[in-house]
Amino acid sequence: MTVAEFAEKYSMEVLSMPEPAREIKGGYMGDLLSWVMGRAKADQAWITIMSNQNIIAVASLVDVACIILAEDVRLEESIVENAKAKGVNVLATKEPAFEIACQLSKEI
Amino acid sequence: MSEALTFHFDVNGEDFTSAGQASVRFKKNKRELGVDPEIIRRASIAMYEGEINMVIHAHGGVADVEVDEDAIKIVLKDQGPGIPDIAKAMQEGYSTAPDNIRSLGFGAGMGLPNMKRYTDEMQIYSTVGVGTTVTMKINLN
Ligand SMILES: Nc1ncnc2c1ncn2[C@@H]1O[C@H](COP(=O)(O)OP(=O)(O)OP(=O)(O)O)[C@@H](O)[C@H]1O
Ligand SMILES: [Mg+2]
Repeated sequence: MTVAEFAEKYSMEVLSMPEPAREIKGGYMGDLLSWVMGRAKADQAWITIMSNQNIIAVASLVDVACIILAEDVRLEESIVENAKAKGVNVLATKEPAFEIACQLSKEI
Repeated sequence: MSEALTFHFDVNGEDFTSAGQASVRFKKNKRELGVDPEIIRRASIAMYEGEINMVIHAHGGVADVEVDEDAIKIVLKDQGPGIPDIAKAMQEGYSTAPDNIRSLGFGAGMGLPNMKRYTDEMQIYSTVGVGTTVTMKINLN
């Protein structure tokens, strides 16, 4: 399923979607950035509650399909702009990380 | 790619949020050169971890990257406090990062182990009170 389809199906808020057609191939959940860089794989959806600027660099380097912000976490506007500029998809939802993982597991 | 390409970046120790710009730029650059995406991914993550370490632990430093037909070589050099026990620093989970850094998601003590895992060769040279130099090599073939 693509990032755009997933966002639509689960009514996620789209904060940044420069690459709507990217396929989601699995997921990784975590807030410690070096764990994410060491363990997450390219094309996964990264579920996190971290909201500082560094998540955009991490998402870009790991090459995840998208960031999904759980628990109603939001980003500052400058971070959203940076995500768009770097080609990083960012979705947001009220759901906790576990629920998002359950939604993902139905689609991949 | 017949001759070596070199890149030099100053990693600003004050500007924490822009750390990683060098690695991201480097990544884009390599991709345009047609290097295998998985190798770029490993090299740029290793470089970012090293860059972040210089910002968090050493007030910044410099990064030099050299790419030739055989390998990507990265040298990260700082004049920070140095690492008293390198073997300990290399252990997963060991971190001296302060709380304000931990609240940003760093300080898991996984950076140096990631750098080791994602590269083919890695060396740390460090003298307490003088600084730290980390060299990494990623083979292209
Ligand atoms: N350039 C450096 N100068 C001085 N000390 C360093 C440097 N790089 C690493 N260290 C020391 O080694 C420790 C382990 O580094 P490592 O990158 O593995 O973890 P971290 O930076 O603390 O956390 P993480 O990388 O998971 O965010 C650091 O906490 C710090 O004490
Ligand atoms: Mg580190």
